[in-house]
Amino acid sequence: MATIYIDNVPYQVKDGDNMLSACLALGFNITYFCWHPALHSVGACRQCAIVRYRDENDTRGRIVMACMEPVVDQARISIESPEAKKFRTQNIESLMINHPHDCPVCDEGGECHLQDMTVMSGHNYRRYRFKKRTHLNQYLGPFLHHEMNRCIQCYRCVRFYNDYAEGKDFGVFAVHDDVYFGRFTPGVLENEFSGNLVEVCPTGVFTDKTLRKHYTRKWDLTNAPTICHHCSLGCNIIASERYGSLRRILNRYNGEVNGYFICDRGRFGYEHVNSERRIRHALKQDPAGQWQGMKTKQALAEIQQKLRAARKVIGIGSPRASLESNFLLQQLVGADHFYAGVSAKQAKLVQEVLHIMQNSGVRTPSLKETESYDAILVLGEDVTHTAPMLALTLRQAAKNQPKEKAKALKIAEWNDAAVREVIQGQKGPLFIAAPYATRLDDAARACHRAHPDVLAQLGFAVAHQIDAHAPTVETSGAVQAFVSQVAEALQAARKPLIVAGTSLMHEALIHAAANVALALKKLGKQSGLFYIVPEVNSLGLTMLGGQDLDAALEEVEKGGVDMAIVLENDLYRRLPAERVDRFFQRVPTVVVLDALANRTGEKAQYVLPAGTFAESSGTVVNNEGRAQRFYQVFKPHDDIRSSWKWLQQFVNDSALAQTNLDGVIIRLTAAYPDLKGILEAAPGADFRVGTQKIPREPHRYSGRTAMLAHIQVSEPKPPEDPDSPLSFTMEGYVGTPPAPLTPFFWSPGWNSVQSVNKYQQEIAGMLKGGNPGKRLIEASEQATMSYFTDMPTVSMPPNGQLSIWPAYHIFGSEELSAQSAPIQERIPEPYVAISTADAAKLQVNEGMRVQMQLNGTTIELTVQVRNDIPEGLAAIPAGWEAWAGITYPFFTTLNPIHS
Amino acid sequence: MERPLTEHIPLDGSWLRLKDYERVGGYQGLREALKLTPKEVIDRVKDAGLRGRGGAGFATGLKWSLVPTVDQIPQPRYLIANGDEMEPGTFKDRLLLEGNPHQLIEGMIIASYAIQADYSYVFLRWGYQFAEKALQEAIHEAYQAGYLGKNILGSGFSHELSVHISAGRYICGEETALINALEGKRANPRTKPPFPVVSGFFGRPTVVNNIETLSNVPHILSKGVSWYKSLSKCEDGGTKLYGVSGKVKKPGLWELPLGTSFREILEEYAGGMLDGYQFRGALPGGGSTDFITAEHIDVAMDYNSVPKVGSRMGTGTVIVLDDKTCVVGMVLNLEHFFAQESCGWCTPCREGLPWTEKLLLAIEEGRGRMEDLKIFDDLTRYMAPGHTFCALAPGAMEPLQSALKHFREDFERHIHEHRCPWK
Amino acid sequence: METSTSRVLTQEMIAEIQEMYKHFPVKSAACIEALKLVQKHYRWVSDQAVQELAEVLEMSADEIDGVATFYNLIFRKPVGRHVIMICDSVSCWVMGYEKIADYLKKKLGIQFGETTPDGRFTLLPICCLGTCDRAPAMFIDEDLHRDLKVEQLDEILERYP
Ligand SMILES: Cc1cc2nc3c(=O)[nH]c(=O)nc-3n(C[C@H](O)[C@H](O)[C@H](O)COP(=O)(O)O)c2cc1C
Ligand code: SF4
Ligand code: FES
Repeated sequence: MATIYIDNVPYQVKDGDNMLSACLALGFNITYFCWHPALHSVGACRQCAIVRYRDENDTRGRIVMACMEPVVDQARISIESPEAKKFRTQNIESLMINHPHDCPVCDEGGECHLQDMTVMSGHNYRRYRFKKRTHLNQYLGPFLHHEMNRCIQCYRCVRFYNDYAEGKDFGVFAVHDDVYFGRFTPGVLENEFSGNLVEVCPTGVFTDKTLRKHYTRKWDLTNAPTICHHCSLGCNIIASERYGSLRRILNRYNGEVNGYFICDRGRFGYEHVNSERRIRHALKQDPAGQWQGMKTKQALAEIQQKLRAARKVIGIGSPRASLESNFLLQQLVGADHFYAGVSAKQAKLVQEVLHIMQNSGVRTPSLKETESYDAILVLGEDVTHTAPMLALTLRQAAKNQPKEKAKALKIAEWNDAAVREVIQGQKGPLFIAAPYATRLDDAARACHRAHPDVLAQLGFAVAHQIDAHAPTVETSGAVQAFVSQVAEALQAARKPLIVAGTSLMHEALIHAAANVALALKKLGKQSGLFYIVPEVNSLGLTMLGGQDLDAALEEVEKGGVDMAIVLENDLYRRLPAERVDRFFQRVPTVVVLDALANRTGEKAQYVLPAGTFAESSGTVVNNEGRAQRFYQVFKPHDDIRSSWKWLQQFVNDSALAQTNLDGVIIRLTAAYPDLKGILEAAPGADFRVGTQKIPREPHRYSGRTAMLAHIQVSEPKPPEDPDSPLSFTMEGYVGTPPAPLTPFFWSPGWNSVQSVNKYQQEIAGMLKGGNPGKRLIEASEQATMSYFTDMPTVSMPPNGQLSIWPAYHIFGSEELSAQSAPIQERIPEPYVAISTADAAKLQVNEGMRVQMQLNGTTIELTVQVRNDIPEGLAAIPAGWEAWAGITYPFFTTLNPIHS
Repeated sequence: MERPLTEHIPLDGSWLRLKDYERVGGYQGLREALKLTPKEVIDRVKDAGLRGRGGAGFATGLKWSLVPTVDQIPQPRYLIANGDEMEPGTFKDRLLLEGNPHQLIEGMIIASYAIQADYSYVFLRWGYQFAEKALQEAIHEAYQAGYLGKNILGSGFSHELSVHISAGRYICGEETALINALEGKRANPRTKPPFPVVSGFFGRPTVVNNIETLSNVPHILSKGVSWYKSLSKCEDGGTKLYGVSGKVKKPGLWELPLGTSFREILEEYAGGMLDGYQFRGALPGGGSTDFITAEHIDVAMDYNSVPKVGSRMGTGTVIVLDDKTCVVGMVLNLEHFFAQESCGWCTPCREGLPWTEKLLLAIEEGRGRMEDLKIFDDLTRYMAPGHTFCALAPGAMEPLQSALKHFREDFERHIHEHRCPWK
Repeated sequence: METSTSRVLTQEMIAEIQEMYKHFPVKSAACIEALKLVQKHYRWVSDQAVQELAEVLEMSADEIDGVATFYNLIFRKPVGRHVIMICDSVSCWVMGYEKIADYLKKKLGIQFGETTPDGRFTLLPICCLGTCDRAPAMFIDEDLHRDLKVEQLDEILERYP
């Protein structure tokens, strides 16, 4: 700690910080643009001017930039000196010379950092009387709108896109007051994190095109703190609604999970909530296949009647439904009749992950913590596509070792440009072993591409090289060179991290990763083990137990199951169609609860309209084992409700049937002590600040009395929310609520997302009162897990066939986001990627159409001939609707289509 | 009067070949230096009182001594000769480059030895084709003669030297922007600290010195510190290249003792004003220095004296303002240059200079207002030294603020008469 | 002029670029030299050239164009057979460069930044040429012309067919 004097008052601040960050953390208001808490300082915008004095006798001092000024003990500065204030005002005056002053028609209006800073600086009237400089805008794809005239040249966009996210198709062009931020040629911004420009840009240059399509002023949004449901990382987000439709997603800072950023799937994948395929009322299919809508009451009565009459009812849960919904289904059908709703293979993989997390004694770091590791091995995952935000954190982690050089030269970590000049693009020890090229390869020091079986062997071999007690394995020369390089780097590291996951559906890979982490732990390293699992609540569902979907089908085959309830689950994405078809043939009454029409719903007798994450509250457990609560954003006008609320109508337990979310959670934790932590994931529904609830709407919210005036002139009573301390109004506590209950960030004078500074204990650190979520699994010191020994042999396809593996896509592989229009524009055409050698053997060329047999159906694909794919292997995009239910790998032939 | 830097430059426009350079004592300084330790070389240059000729006048020996030792940071380490010379009104390094490239090369090798740099570059502005050709040939000669390359003169010290030609931007002369340009990047300046002596070219220790500065070094080593100090008329050592352009009888460039008076340069060497023109003022050291006026005409042109009359030595190349030239037009021309050459990185310069230019244009064209002068006062204070990221914008403010101080009535006449009185 | 089917960078040019970056820790360090090389061959740098350079230098086209558009003397638009660059900086201004410029604009019928319809001349203002004692001055291609007088201009232009 250091003592600094700000306008002659002493304060204790963190050593080694810069003055801007220190002052903001103390609650002072200083204007700034180019500084960003994650991107640090470059001193370009000159907006954060303060006066620095040599000592207490120095009365004049000199203007310095707070963001470039190191905190040193006994430093004396002034924020309020007239000279500093005048400079800040003048600087804004200069910035506004060319600004179009189009605030009333700007998407950023009301949430604009430039607006806030202008007001804060005290610059009011223009003295500049000449013509403004203008620019042309570019088409940037379906996600972002470009409006260059608003640019104030803070360079944050390039610093995020190019330096931080390491995107390649963006940059800064030209010089002097002509500098231009955009692309070499207009076109889709390709980086998977491009959407963060919306928040990184302090004004309206990069705005959310999806919001623009159904624009509403930002203070008129109803917001809730929620969790992204599009992968297993569980990034914290804010979702916002107006007039019954979801309008946008923003990042919600969580110092342990996503920090300041989210991926484009998370930001732009929400439109499925507004989809035309939404189920809005209960539906019934008669034996002739005719569908009819039903009143909720009647649907409930009929289903209750069926349940009473049924001899055997099974429940099929879902990894994309909340713990509460899965739990209620389980309560309804009984633990023996509850099935987890994923294939046996998938279920086993996640069980192994959970088992290792619970018993290996190796720490599973949080997402944000992965940034702190100094050597990393990624085994069998294309993380950018299977857990996108992890790619962003690993990119930062890969810089940790090179950054040591800057540290040695006493360059402060926040001195961003200076640090980058020292490291000059050097790559730290990040190693990627995957069957094909991954989107993170450019950040890696070395990559190895091989058959997944070989990758598993490779992992075992790394473990063995680190600890001779780990099982041995024979590997080829090429593998061995990579193994040695990796093992040496991991051993030399202080904090090595192993990343693996379930995406290749390969158990030995999961075991191999565990062996490496165990070996490192034995060496006394602070090793970390980070598994990626398939879906938002895969881990939570696994913690609830239950058998798998294959077992359910076997049970059905045995006969006697006369009713099934399927919770938020398209079974056709889980298992081959022919097997799922059998299920529907054998079970006379199937009730499906889901949000969107899909093949499973089409086959059911009853479909109930389930809420998406936006219309429900509940708890999910991410890949880290962190339980996180998500809150309903709005109350839909139709019959949509949370699945667990539907299920409450059927349980034979009046207490459980009538309780709110908290009551469900209490029952759940009583039944599952391992999940007790979820009670602490967020405050209960009776939480109040004083007597006040937390409003979902900002106090600037407008039009409440007018919104529905064309239907009814008297203002309707706002809906009640019995499940959370959040109200559906603008009345209530104005201030900083507990972090898990933060529906939006706002602070007096700070209307943009930059106000998150005011919610943190220290800048870029923990949120006040602690980061949201509760880790359910901690590594135990006493753990005594021994090495896995199930080393695979390499299984190659018979001559003429290929071994098919899944290739994941951030846009397309995940079920719900793939139903969002903007995402659909980015989904690649169906393809099969094969090696150059196989292409020659099969006499197929790039771009040729081929057919492939898949469990009885034939699919057509376009050939990609790639030199990153090992011979004998082929990859097809994972999760495409037509073949989402298949199990990898499988052997097949490709048949060219000759036109 | 001794003129060590220029006396051997052939008068026929050719350059001093290695043979001829050696005959007049060339590479003796290097031989001397290689007998000393690097630290001893630095100390000699320090004792000689050599100050940087690039504009800021930073003590050269002191700069070299700030480079960490090889034990602290091993090679590669770099020396860069700054031959960007794009300051308006400046044309001094050209003569040294075109006439005596070996002198520069020798100075660079000595400097490199002093800081233990294994590579050096000449960063040459575009458009100096003759200088480039001479330099390239001279480098070739120096390699052939064993002054460059492995194990120079059997000393164990090895060094490689090459030339980079700029793609043109004034900001490339700023030493950290220059380093970015040399790395093939946009030439935005870099944060200081860290200074280039610690983290420069590719993050390695790097010294940047002006061409003229480095051309002095061989003489300090070969002829000694006290001789060098005796060349000057002031406390700092050596001679200085002084130039004059504008409406004078004999515009040109002369090597004179450091501290020669402004009057002497103007009247004796430049031959005084052209007939029919009166001296009104001058920018003493290039476009980014403050005007001095007739009352300062006796100032000694050295690093400590010129500031006493409210300006800077800068590059020592004088631009003369005469009585038939509009000072508003002249400042407008300068501000246009600076606005164009702003790298666009920091706000005050990127936005403030074009505003300044537009205001000046308005005044020059008779559209000015009295409030504009108040805005100038604000802008000059806003872009003061330390307020911007590098020294470009503060430099740009020097001619403006001094013109407002010395020639305010010219601005007011433009505004009141709604036209340029000189047109 | 190149078309999009033919390559802008010849094998010899690529070899020359490879020679340039050999001396540096990263290939991108040769970026400016490589841009100048392209310009030497084609007089300007086309989009396609930027894209091809991106491959050779292992940079993105965006990054290269960011560099190319930063510098004065990299032309990203076609220029005439001869490029006239007149110094418009302070000493040349004091010595009356504007008369020279006005004469050339009138004679060639173009403004600064434009090319004559016959593609013979492009006229550009340029900052200080470092020959202030012999102002006004201009470059035509690689030739420096100093102490300019309006009367000489016709004769000078004739030397550039
Ligand atoms: C905008 C700007 C342009 C500059 N241009 C030059 C230049 O053309 N040549 C030069 O030697 N120094 C130039 N300098 C000064 C250099 O940054 C640096 O101080 C100098 O090269 C150091 O050499 P010296 O210590 O030998 O003087 C410039 C500085 C600024 C701020
Ligand atoms: S003062 Fe700022 S914008 Fe101007 S050249 Fe220097 S860094 Fe660039
Ligand atoms: S925030 Fe400090 S200079 Fe931009």
